[in-house]
Amino acid sequence: MSLWIWLLGALAAIAALAWIGLWAARRLSGNAPRYRDMSYGVAFGYALALAAVAAGVWLWMKPGAVYFRWAVMGFAVCAVAAFLFRLAGRHLGPERLKRQFRKMPLTAAFGILVILIYAFVAIFAAWIAPHGQEAVLGAANVVPGGDPAMGGDPAFPLGTDRIGRDILSRLIYGAQNTVGLAFATTLLAFFLGGSLGLLAAVVGGWLDQVLSRGVDVLMAIPSLIFALLLLTIASVWADGARGLLTFYMVLIIAVIDSTRVFRLARSVGIGIVVMDYVEAAKLRGEGMGHLVFREILPNAMAPLLAEFGLRFCFVFLTIASLSFLGVGIQPPLADWGTMVRDLAQFINFAAFAPMVALAPLLPALAIAILTVGVNFVVDWMLHRASGLKS
Amino acid sequence: MTPLLEIRDLRIEGRSDEEWHPIINGVDLTLGRGEVLGLIGESGAGKSTLGLAAMGYVRDGVRISGGSVMFDGIDLMNASTEEKRSLLGRRIAYVAQSAAASFNPAHKLIDQHVEAPVRHGVQDRGESIEDAIELYRKLRLPNPEEIGFRYPHQVSGGQLQRAMTAMAMSCRPDLIIFDEPTTALDVTTQIEVLAAIRDIVDQFGTSAIYITHDLAVVAQMADRIKVLLRGDEVETAPTREMLDHPREDYTKSLWAVRGYHRPEKPKPGPESVPILAVEGVTAAYGEQVVLNEVSFDIHPGRTVAVVGESGSGKSTTARVITGLLPPRGGVVRFEGEALPPSYRQRSKDQLRQIQMIYQMADTALNPRQTIAQIVGRPVRFYSGLKGRKLAARVDELLDQIEMDPAIYRDRLPGELSGGQKQRVGIARALAAEPRLIICDEVTSALDQLVAEGILKLLARLQDELGLSYMFITHDLATVKAIADEVVVMKEGRVIEQGPKTEMFTPPHHPYTDLLLSSVPEMDPDWLDRLLAERGVEALGEAATDKM
Repeated sequence: MSLWIWLLGALAAIAALAWIGLWAARRLSGNAPRYRDMSYGVAFGYALALAAVAAGVWLWMKPGAVYFRWAVMGFAVCAVAAFLFRLAGRHLGPERLKRQFRKMPLTAAFGILVILIYAFVAIFAAWIAPHGQEAVLGAANVVPGGDPAMGGDPAFPLGTDRIGRDILSRLIYGAQNTVGLAFATTLLAFFLGGSLGLLAAVVGGWLDQVLSRGVDVLMAIPSLIFALLLLTIASVWADGARGLLTFYMVLIIAVIDSTRVFRLARSVGIGIVVMDYVEAAKLRGEGMGHLVFREILPNAMAPLLAEFGLRFCFVFLTIASLSFLGVGIQPPLADWGTMVRDLAQFINFAAFAPMVALAPLLPALAIAILTVGVNFVVDWMLHRASGLKS
Repeated sequence: MTPLLEIRDLRIEGRSDEEWHPIINGVDLTLGRGEVLGLIGESGAGKSTLGLAAMGYVRDGVRISGGSVMFDGIDLMNASTEEKRSLLGRRIAYVAQSAAASFNPAHKLIDQHVEAPVRHGVQDRGESIEDAIELYRKLRLPNPEEIGFRYPHQVSGGQLQRAMTAMAMSCRPDLIIFDEPTTALDVTTQIEVLAAIRDIVDQFGTSAIYITHDLAVVAQMADRIKVLLRGDEVETAPTREMLDHPREDYTKSLWAVRGYHRPEKPKPGPESVPILAVEGVTAAYGEQVVLNEVSFDIHPGRTVAVVGESGSGKSTTARVITGLLPPRGGVVRFEGEALPPSYRQRSKDQLRQIQMIYQMADTALNPRQTIAQIVGRPVRFYSGLKGRKLAARVDELLDQIEMDPAIYRDRLPGELSGGQKQRVGIARALAAEPRLIICDEVTSALDQLVAEGILKLLARLQDELGLSYMFITHDLATVKAIADEVVVMKEGRVIEQGPKTEMFTPPHHPYTDLLLSSVPEMDPDWLDRLLAERGVEALGEAATDKM
């Protein structure tokens, strides 16, 4: 009850602050247009932002708020890194690249930086990682931080898991396994969904009906449950062969996700098919291949690329979820979803030993950062694509 | 007495590519009470931007960088949002180009009409509805008592435009800005709207700024005309003076455009085989019959203009000829041989012989292909040329359409102007080396000067290459300029056809007569004369008939 009173009181205070601030600004600036034409809603927004900043500072000062301080610091580090990366991009490399960087928002620069780092880590995992992903190194449950006084070990800066495998190494290999598989799956989904969708758009008629209704049926089943079901069947077929099971998983997720790609490709394609240049090509007597790949696909590229980024995130999360549930990437291969599950019990220590609880949060953070980064880049590409249309 | 609207040294900039580019460079404008000022210029001249700035408003991504706008002693540049809100809709109103796109399709006309008077506290809802009906009557809308209670899609385009004018009038504003209110309408509908607008502006003594690119229209409407060119004023003068004695070269060139005229070619001999013969073609979209027993011939080397209002079946005829819409009955013959009804059944050579040029060059060229690719594809597809020979042929084609290959080969369509895009469309058609080209409204999206250039190019190509044209248009000035024969269509039927000179000399079929007399002339008294001839009452009835 008292929480509600607090909340209402705070809102009333902010409202009063906004009103007084707007009135004062109008008086002090001699009714300058900027304040004169500012509506009360906008002033309230400013006051709310001010209150939020104040609350942030207060939280920072509080001794117990370790995670909040880490989050703020992490955010600042990311922002600075993105800024430096963009600065470098603006002054290095060929002219075309420089021009791209000059128009780039900071968020997109951050996204590209994240993708580059992940790609680098994934490709060179074997050289970067201090230990093998399956190596059991003796000391189990070493706390992250590398401080012996707190139960850490300088040899394992991010600690070890229950059976003594180095978490840092497993994180690095996880990039290879999780991201690599997600990328392959998304490519396959796009190949399937994109080509069928554009074909449905061009041919129309019964082919469109058959494909679209088929896709509707697949989409009607909740995707994660459907994937679980199919993977259970596939695991019987695979009969313990780990590589085969992974292959089935890629195939199943690709087919399920290709339905979304199909929908998009078809709707974009239908918008392009009615253009006069496609009609001109048809009247010229061009074949289906030319129509789809030369006339339509280049014009559908921008939305499809944007969808590729989003779809990649979803595929990636699906693989992580399936691994978390135990049917995805199989141990002892390192995978972020599996790692979250394996280390999950440490989250109980969050209240009194922040460092210990960090262990399960790290793989989750790795997933989150990549998802955010890819989405930033996709947003930027969508924005550019819509700007180019006019 | 101070003028109602006074714009001094107005400068407006627009943002693109992270930079500000000037749109209006220091234009002055003075509008007296009860005066109608015509604002003309090509697209991109800044007409609409200036019109909106007269309301103290700019679009997103555009800013006013200098100058002043004074409306009846109020400085609109420095007025607060509140002050502007009390002016807009009440003392200054705006009529947009496309009424169909400007009305909210989810509300009835009357609900949108009463919004301004009720909000501004001028009238209550009941009074406002009565007033609206009165205005609808004054604007000669059919069924004035009921028409307001319809939704926008239940009313025709010309009627919507008048309903919008009525809406602008609802608070009896001092100033109305008309932004190309009749551009999207057919000529016969345009007359009704023009007459209605002029009468009501006259009756209430409203001042108006009338924006258009059509000189003949502005001649009927305006007391004074201001000519704009790329954000600069060219000249301003009273209408009659401007029409009789334009001072500047640019204005003279605008006036001269309508002078282009190509003499009619001699009639073909009786033994001449028509290159294209449309024989009794009937076509339908589903159950809806859109073409009814259409027949006409096109003889080699001649231009046949197919004219009619929107919905008359002109473009559908083109779709039947190209094979996109197989006809339900009748046959299309090419050099005496019947063509298969669907383009899918036609041979490569049959497809090659008939090419099309489209109205909207924007959608007719693939935005992701360079000019060389667009023009080169048909060359390669039909003749199999490759490599250097292909490049040489593309250069030759670009030369034919008077575009320098060295500059334009590698550009994308987005980097060309409207007229240049249309030229590339022509080059693509030529690349197939066709005998017949179907031109579907090829000049109607272009400014007059540019359109004239396209017409001259088409005429030259016809002389050089012996092409035949089927020229679909609703613009009779174009027909006069370029056609040898005219086919008049209405509601899917051919009303009248014959050589141009015969068609343009009386006696005509009554519908042809209506079409011809509706084309605005560059004479300020034309509309008065026409209305007197037809009788204003008859016009009201004609509007009812169209329902």
